Amino acid sequence: MIQVTVNGAEQRYDRPLAVSDLIARMALAGKKIAVERNGEIVPRSVHGSTMVLDGDRLEIVAAVGGG
Amino acid sequence: MAIAGMRADDGLIVAGKRYASRLLVGTGKYKDFAETRAAIEASGAEIVTVAIRRTNIGQTKGEPSLLEFLPPSKFTYLPNTAGCYNAQDAIRTLRLARELLDGHDLVKLEVLGDPHTLYPNMPETLEAARQLVKEGFKVMVYCSDDPIQAKMLEDSGCVAVMPLASLIGSGMGILNPWNLQLVIERVQVPVLVDAGVGTASDASIAMELGCDGVLMNTAIAAARDPVMMARAMKKAVEAGREAFLAGRMPKKLYSAAPSSPTTGTIAPSQPKAA
Repeated sequence: MIQVTVNGAEQRYDRPLAVSDLIARMALAGKKIAVERNGEIVPRSVHGSTMVLDGDRLEIVAAVGGG
Repeated sequence: MAIAGMRADDGLIVAGKRYASRLLVGTGKYKDFAETRAAIEASGAEIVTVAIRRTNIGQTKGEPSLLEFLPPSKFTYLPNTAGCYNAQDAIRTLRLARELLDGHDLVKLEVLGDPHTLYPNMPETLEAARQLVKEGFKVMVYCSDDPIQAKMLEDSGCVAVMPLASLIGSGMGILNPWNLQLVIERVQVPVLVDAGVGTASDASIAMELGCDGVLMNTAIAAARDPVMMARAMKKAVEAGREAFLAGRMPKKLYSAAPSSPTTGTIAPSQPKAA
């Protein structure tokens, strides 16, 4: 069991998973998003090979209206 | 032989790229994406600001996205750091923006000082600007109208400085034209008024002062008819720019030089007999 924080909310998973799997579970696959893991950008090209580990803090963002 | 007055405005050049429109607009505070798009098309703006925010996790299926209504192929996105109160948050936000927008590096940096006035925090802004320039970003920077700070931002490598005319969202117009003029004289990079414009005349005044462009959001989005106001702003920016290029007449308290000929007037009437 791992516990991670995604956009400020606690999430639990049975085992470590790839960033791309986490994105799919959050119904964000195919969306125009960007991911930061523990303060560092996770480029889209390595979403499949970057593992989310216990205690990680993720930010998943999109573009919204703003000035 | 071209008449001098036929010369067209040559457009705004930012970071080596030319834009026909000198009006930049935000995409926030609209009723819906359809209204956002209609207003932005009416404004003629080519550069549009966007904010970077956390996605709603797990409940976004089928939700339309801003990018579908304003395709990045048609508009130049200017991701901002609105809501950031320190340099580090602003830097992280723009790194996310660059990843999100496939390496797009033209950004709007704003580091705010407090949530009541949204006045910029200049020490943090300068620190963030230096780091972002080092990382290859092309930084357009929201700042105070202090000419010394503006010059420091230019020296740090920012591609445009964007002093406030008055506080964000206030619609108070150009409160200190004198400082804006000092900024315009002091820096070589484009100067755009960002924040405070309330109505069309404010945008014209900014351009008449010699600003290279104007960035606004609330003035359009909070108008009773945003699309009509967007159209008004387009004309106001163009009118102000042309007035600046044309060179206004000097102000005089009164003039002994009427516009109509002083000679050839008809014979004066005979004074009436008493």
